[in-house]
Amino acid sequence: MGVSLAEELARQQRSISVAEFFERNKHLLGFDSPTRGIITTIKEAVDNALDACEEARILPDIYIGIRRQSGDVFRIVVEDNGPGIVSRQIPFVFGKLLYGSRFHQIRQSRGQQGIGISAAVLYAQLTTGVPTVVISRTGPDRPAVRVEIQIDVGTNEPDIVSQQEIEWDRTHGTRVQIEFRSSLAARKRLVEYLKYTSVVNPHARLRLELDDETILFDRVSDEVITCPQAIKPHPHGIEIGQLRRMLIPAKEHLEDFLSNHFSRVGARTAREICTRAGLPGNRDAGSLSPKEQKRLIEAMQEVKVPAPPVAQCLSPIGEELIIRSLEKEFQIDFVRARTRPGSVFSGHPFIIEAAIGYGGKLPADGNAQILRFANRVPLMYQQGACAITQAIAGMSWKNYSIPQAGLPTGQLLILVHVASTNVPFTSESKDAVAGIPEIEREIVLALQDLGRDLKLFLSRRDRNRLQEDRAQAVCAILPDLAAKVAEIVEEPIPNISYIEGRVMRRLVARKRIDSGTVVIELVNYTAQPATLSLYSISPDAADDARPPPDFVTRLEDEYTKVWQISVGAGESWQTRFTGSGGGTLELRGIDPRQIVVVDQDV
Amino acid sequence: MSRSQLDNLATERLVGIARKWYRQMAGGEIPSISLPTRTKQNIAYDDETEVWKYGNRESTRSAGTAKSALHLLKMAWVIWFLKNQISENRSSTLRELYYISEGWKKAKFQAQDESNFLIEDLEILTDMQREAFHLRPEEDGATIFGPLRLKELTRRGARDIHCQDDVGEAGYQIPTNVENIELLDHDAQFVIAIETGGMYARLIENGFDSEFRAILVHLKGQPARSTRRILNRINDQFGIPVVVFTDGDPWSYRIYASIAYGAIKSAHISDLLATPKAQFIGVQPSDIRDYNLPSDHLNEKDIAALKSELTDPRFSSDYWKEQIGLQLTLNLKSEQQAFAARGLDFVTKEYLPARLSVMGVL
Repeated sequence: MGVSLAEELARQQRSISVAEFFERNKHLLGFDSPTRGIITTIKEAVDNALDACEEARILPDIYIGIRRQSGDVFRIVVEDNGPGIVSRQIPFVFGKLLYGSRFHQIRQSRGQQGIGISAAVLYAQLTTGVPTVVISRTGPDRPAVRVEIQIDVGTNEPDIVSQQEIEWDRTHGTRVQIEFRSSLAARKRLVEYLKYTSVVNPHARLRLELDDETILFDRVSDEVITCPQAIKPHPHGIEIGQLRRMLIPAKEHLEDFLSNHFSRVGARTAREICTRAGLPGNRDAGSLSPKEQKRLIEAMQEVKVPAPPVAQCLSPIGEELIIRSLEKEFQIDFVRARTRPGSVFSGHPFIIEAAIGYGGKLPADGNAQILRFANRVPLMYQQGACAITQAIAGMSWKNYSIPQAGLPTGQLLILVHVASTNVPFTSESKDAVAGIPEIEREIVLALQDLGRDLKLFLSRRDRNRLQEDRAQAVCAILPDLAAKVAEIVEEPIPNISYIEGRVMRRLVARKRIDSGTVVIELVNYTAQPATLSLYSISPDAADDARPPPDFVTRLEDEYTKVWQISVGAGESWQTRFTGSGGGTLELRGIDPRQIVVVDQDV
Repeated sequence: MSRSQLDNLATERLVGIARKWYRQMAGGEIPSISLPTRTKQNIAYDDETEVWKYGNRESTRSAGTAKSALHLLKMAWVIWFLKNQISENRSSTLRELYYISEGWKKAKFQAQDESNFLIEDLEILTDMQREAFHLRPEEDGATIFGPLRLKELTRRGARDIHCQDDVGEAGYQIPTNVENIELLDHDAQFVIAIETGGMYARLIENGFDSEFRAILVHLKGQPARSTRRILNRINDQFGIPVVVFTDGDPWSYRIYASIAYGAIKSAHISDLLATPKAQFIGVQPSDIRDYNLPSDHLNEKDIAALKSELTDPRFSSDYWKEQIGLQLTLNLKSEQQAFAARGLDFVTKEYLPARLSVMGVL
């Protein structure tokens, strides 16, 4: 009885193809809804195009076309000027899930698992049945190839519907054309996605044609970015499966295997790992038993190994380019960026870059705009689940004069870019970065640094505002007040230029007569020390002046007395002499906009 | 003080504010004014005058910021306007002042609250009442009925008026400027100030004024300044007791408080407006219980108002703490006219005489 049931069950058990699995689990790849499908498709195609151009050291020019065919069927075209794909590879790149060149490499890249674009091909096949058309050309001396592809969902093998050589106006590049059922409900998000992509790819030019509208996201830099180099795995960042795959073909002694195939492992470290694992260094690496392999990997985690080389395998955008891109796409008053030094989690190198923008045309209501990126790819969904968001919410923004309600609020834009050989995502749809303490710590450090800059900017701005407010009070209202008050008390309008000098932060010179003594006073209300010449021209000889003038000339009945004066910021200077006043008072050698002269004996 | 003396004093004090600014500006200082802060936290009991006045907290407005400079400019325009108004012997209402400012360009008022507030500032700065600036409030004065003789200086000369014999059924209407009244003589044992018109009319109809030799004053809800001022003057000049008869709810206790202790808004002239010896006759929360008066349940706002009164320094006596506490427990409120449930004469024959004798007035 039991036996027959087991046999019964065994008849139902069979392996399912990867393609079949993903057909049933579309949500894992970002195809859970028609609106989202369109964004995911473009995202995958653009990521591939950017990666290809980067590898070929070409400045990317990418065209994205979206055109409604009929009803809810859309034709998506993504065309790049990349190196092209050799014709025999085309079916595999587009028609086989989990096929890719970068999967086993340890360096920063956009697409990693090679699921992306072929998932879109599959999605098209499932919704419209129209095969995907790929045109590619690898150089001017070769013809372009046009291939129509579908995926055999049973075997996960590409199914070539047609293949032919054609004329194409591009000398090199790839064009993919996919038709599927969707909707443009998420149009705004799509444009946002391209805008954000342009921000973190300052060297790329993206052109979007959406039905009849064209939007251009131009490049701000003509420098081809350095393609990150693959590095060997780091002993701290390796898992048992990968180690096993590396050990099987190995023909060296264990010590040599370790120092040849891992980064930052020299002869000494290799010996230490072997000792700790209790394995002789001259063991044949390929002959380790599973138990020994397990001991080896444990020893590898325990031994101290320098951090992997970061600069080589990662390509941060750089502070200046982030700033330039943000200034291009957003109108903001303040923008600063930070690229943190490289760091490591579980043997995986990573770099955090962050930027803060403030003011300008950013919306004043609601939460700050958060722009999340992983390896130069914008993360558009699941903001709340992302470690970047959590790191931002965990900070105390009030310290930087920014209001906060969970997230910081107001006219604020926060950009965070996580670049890593292995960005830890919460799921395969790659929407949210998983909470890794090392990464969160680096994000917070970068943002705290930027927050301090922002606070400085805000306090300077407030100070300027206060000064402007005072200037407004003094220049526009005080004269009216003086006139009205004079009318009430029936006196001449008082001279308020002295108050103006004080409030406006100028250098004020005053001359008055105090029972037969002329007093000339200078008060420097500016923030800078001032050096100037003071000219007093009057019938007074000023023989007894204290301090005396630096030189005096006489012209008929008038004496021109000149003092050379230096007054520090906030300081004052005074001279007195016997006389009857009158004449003129003049300051030279200083910007006339900075001075106010008040003659009180006229 | 004669009318012209009062005018001169008001002009002198108003111009004095402008003169101070003039001196400040001529001396190179930014003009400024200092005023007590007008909040519940800044009123204090003045032992000498037995009323609540502003405390020592002051705030200074200096024309160094655009907002304050504009405030001073508006004040200058108002002073200029009032000075002319007084010299031309004209007057205007607070509302008219607000409209007149239309032509003042930058100094134009944005809302009437703003001009009202500014006038209160001027009262504080000059230590005078707005009536001295020839400014009238919008509301008409309340009425008086009872054995009181006074002389009013009207535009058409002085008039002698007896507030029972020379007036109609509704009584004598109190003018907005009580300073134009001279109190001559009386034949009263006490003054009873009444919140509602219905109860005021009931007392007149029942002959309460002649039977008990009472001066009846109709408060018309929250009493106008002129009403409070005349209560203050009768009490001060004749030394006869004042009792206050209102509904039994938190809002009515505030009416009593503004008569007895002064209002927060006008704490700067409390000694002119408040009658500290005024006593609360009812309706007390204990009356609701003792007389089993028809009543309503307290609503949320009533409860909040009662709780706020528990923190108001003017209600900090044991009597009020007990009564308010009782009302919160009963969760009931009653109107004065609820006594009608026991017959139209009950209030004048039983309730008021009983309360007055308990309070030692009769």
